[in-house]
Amino acid sequence: MIERISNNQLYRLIMANVMELIREPGVLFWGIVFPILMSLGLGIAFTKKTDVITTIAVTGQNHLIGKPSDTLSVLLSFLRTNKAILIKNEQGLVSRKLTVTDDKLGNTHFIFTAMDWKAAMVLLKRGNLNIILDEKDGKIRYHFDPRNPDAQLTYLKLSKLLTNTGPVVKEANLEISPLTVTGTRYIDFLIPGLIAMGFMMSSMWGVSYAIIERRSKKLLRRMVATPMKRSNFLIALISVRVLMNFIEAGLLFLFAWLAFNITIQGNVAALLLLFIAGNIAFAGIAILISSHTAKTEIGNGLINAISMPMMVLSGIFFSYHNFPEWSIPVIRQLPLTMMADGIRSIMIEGAGFTETVYPVTILTLTGLIFFMLGMKIFRWH
Amino acid sequence: MNSPYVIEVRNVVKSFKTVQAVRGIDLNIGPGQFVAILGPNGAGKTTLVEMIEGIQQPDHGEIRVMGKPWKGNETYLRQHIGLSLQETHFVEKLTTWETLRLFASFFSIGKDRCEEVLQMVALEEKRKAWVVNLSGGQRQRLALGISMINMPKILLLDEPTTGLDPNARREIWAILRKLKDQSQTSMILTTHYMEEAEQLCEYIVIVDHGKILKQGTINDLLGEIQDIPVKPAEIRKITLDDLFISLTGRHLND
Ligand SMILES: Nc1ncnc2c1ncn2[C@@H]1O[C@H](COP(=O)(O)OP(=O)(O)O)[C@@H](O)[C@H]1O
Ligand SMILES: [Mg+2]
Repeated sequence: MIERISNNQLYRLIMANVMELIREPGVLFWGIVFPILMSLGLGIAFTKKTDVITTIAVTGQNHLIGKPSDTLSVLLSFLRTNKAILIKNEQGLVSRKLTVTDDKLGNTHFIFTAMDWKAAMVLLKRGNLNIILDEKDGKIRYHFDPRNPDAQLTYLKLSKLLTNTGPVVKEANLEISPLTVTGTRYIDFLIPGLIAMGFMMSSMWGVSYAIIERRSKKLLRRMVATPMKRSNFLIALISVRVLMNFIEAGLLFLFAWLAFNITIQGNVAALLLLFIAGNIAFAGIAILISSHTAKTEIGNGLINAISMPMMVLSGIFFSYHNFPEWSIPVIRQLPLTMMADGIRSIMIEGAGFTETVYPVTILTLTGLIFFMLGMKIFRWH
Repeated sequence: MNSPYVIEVRNVVKSFKTVQAVRGIDLNIGPGQFVAILGPNGAGKTTLVEMIEGIQQPDHGEIRVMGKPWKGNETYLRQHIGLSLQETHFVEKLTTWETLRLFASFFSIGKDRCEEVLQMVALEEKRKAWVVNLSGGQRQRLALGISMINMPKILLLDEPTTGLDPNARREIWAILRKLKDQSQTSMILTTHYMEEAEQLCEYIVIVDHGKILKQGTINDLLGEIQDIPVKPAEIRKITLDDLFISLTGRHLND
C-alpha cells in the first residue's frame, strides 16, 4: 500500500514541488519573513506616537537675532517668553526651537529658522519644510500648499500657538481620547491586506513563474513526452502552492496576534472559505498568465503588469477611497480588492457567511473562467 | 498489416515560418537497429526526431511507430518509447534519485528499476546530489537514465553527447553499447560527430538542409568513397568526414 502511494505520480509530483519549495531560501524570506517585517515596520510606524519635528522658515531680515521690528518682533518676543532654545545648524543658520508637549498626541518641536525667500524655496522643494512665514500689513502670513495635509496640520498647530500671546500653558488634553481599540488601528487594516497580497504574489510567482520556467527549460516538453497526466502536473503545482499560502497566512496571523493582539472577530470558517476562493482566483489568473510564453522575461513582465496595479489600487496599504469616485466600483471588482476587503470584513468587522457569499462566488468564478481560458491556449511543448 | 519496421517515416515535410526544416524524408528502422542521424547544425535532425517522438506534427507525410500512427495511440506509444531532448534542464533542486523516481512514477515504475538505472548510468555516488551540482556529463547520464527507465522498445536520443569532453562522451558510448548487447531496444541517435555514428550505429543516415543525402551501413557509405580521388597513402584515413565533404563541399562541424 505504502509502496503504491510512493510510486504514484501525483504523490511524486507533489513531493517534487514540496522539495523544490523548501530548498529555495527565497521562498522562506519572501513568503514568511518579509510580510512579518513589513507588518512590524508599518505597524509600528503608524501606531506609535512619536515626536514631530517641524521646521518653519521665517523670511525677511534676520528678525530672530537681529533688530526686531513689526509683526515678526511679536513672534520673537513670543519665542523668548516661551524659552525657545537657540540652536545653530551645520549651515550656520540660527534657529529657535520651541517644544510643545502633549502626552496624548506626542510632542511637537517647532524649529523657527530665519532665511531668505530663495533658501526657503530650496528647502521647500526638497521637502525639508512645508511652511514659510513672513509679514504683510502688520500680520504674520503663512505660505504653504493647501493640498499637503502635513502643511495644513502645521498651519493649524502654529496658528493656534501664535494667537496665544502669553506663555504656552500646558494643560491635560481632556477632550482627546486616542482610539487604541483592536480593529480600529492601522495594523488591523494592514494585516488582512498583507495576507491577501501574499496569496496573490505567491500564486503569481509560485504557479506562473514555475510553469514558464519549466517551459523555457524544456522540462514541460520532456514531461509530457511520458505518460504523465497533465492534470496531475497542474494539480500538484497548485495544491502545494495553496498549502504554502495557508501556512504563510497562518504564520503572519500568529505573529500579528502575538505582536499586536490582532484577533478574528467574525466567522473563522467563512474566512477559510474566502481563502480557498481567493486561491482559486489567483491560481486561475496565474494559469492564464503562464499559458503561452516560454520566455521568463516575458513572464516577469506579465506578472508585474498584473500584480503591480492591483497592489496600488486594491487598498493593501492605504484605503482606495482616495481614488476618484468613478473608479471605486471598478477597483472593488479587482480580485485583490475583493480578497482584502473580504478578509477585513471578517477579521475586523465580524462578518460571517452571509457577507462572504458574494466575494467567494465572484472569486471562484473568476478563477474558473481564467483557468479555462488558460487551458484553451496552454502550450505544453 | 504487420510491418517489419519499428519506425516508418514516409515523405515527411515540416516548415516553420521562414524555414523548411524537413523537406521530404523517408526512413525505415527495424527492431534492434541502432541508427545515427548525422548532420550539421540546422540540418533538421531535431525536427525529424521530435516528429517521430510525437512532440511535433509533420505538415505532410506519415509517421508510424511500432506500426501505429501517433494519432489515437499516444497513451500506448508513450509507454513504450524513451527519449532525451537536445537540451532539458531538470529541476535544479531535486536530487538525482528524486528526479529518477519522479519520471519512473509517470510509468508507474517503482524504486527497484530506479536502482538498476542508477547503476547503468553510473550515478550511484551522485544519488543524493542536487541536479544543479552535477557536471555536464553527469546530467547527460541522468537524462539517458531517465530515457531508459521504462525499458523502452525504441530509444530516441537527440545529441546526447554534444558539448561533452571526450571522456564524458566515451562514458555515454559505453552505456549505450552495453544497452545494445543486453536488450532488443532500437535506437535513433542524432549527432554531428562522425566518430559517434561510426562507434555506436550500424546504420547511418546523413542529412543536410532537411533532406537525406545518403544512408546505409558504414561500409556501404565508405564504399562510395572509391569515386573520390585520393592518394593511395591516405586511403586508410578516409572517413565519413571525407564523404560528407564530397557530398556537400563543407565540413560537418562548420
Ligand atoms: N520552432 C522553430 N521555429 C522556427 N524555426 C525552427 C524551429 N525549430 C527549428 N527551426 C529551424 O529549422 C531548421 C532545422 O532545425 P533543427 O531541426 O533544430 O536542426 P538540427 O537539430 O539538425 O540542428 C533550422 O534552420 C532551425 O532554425
Ligand atoms: Mg538539434
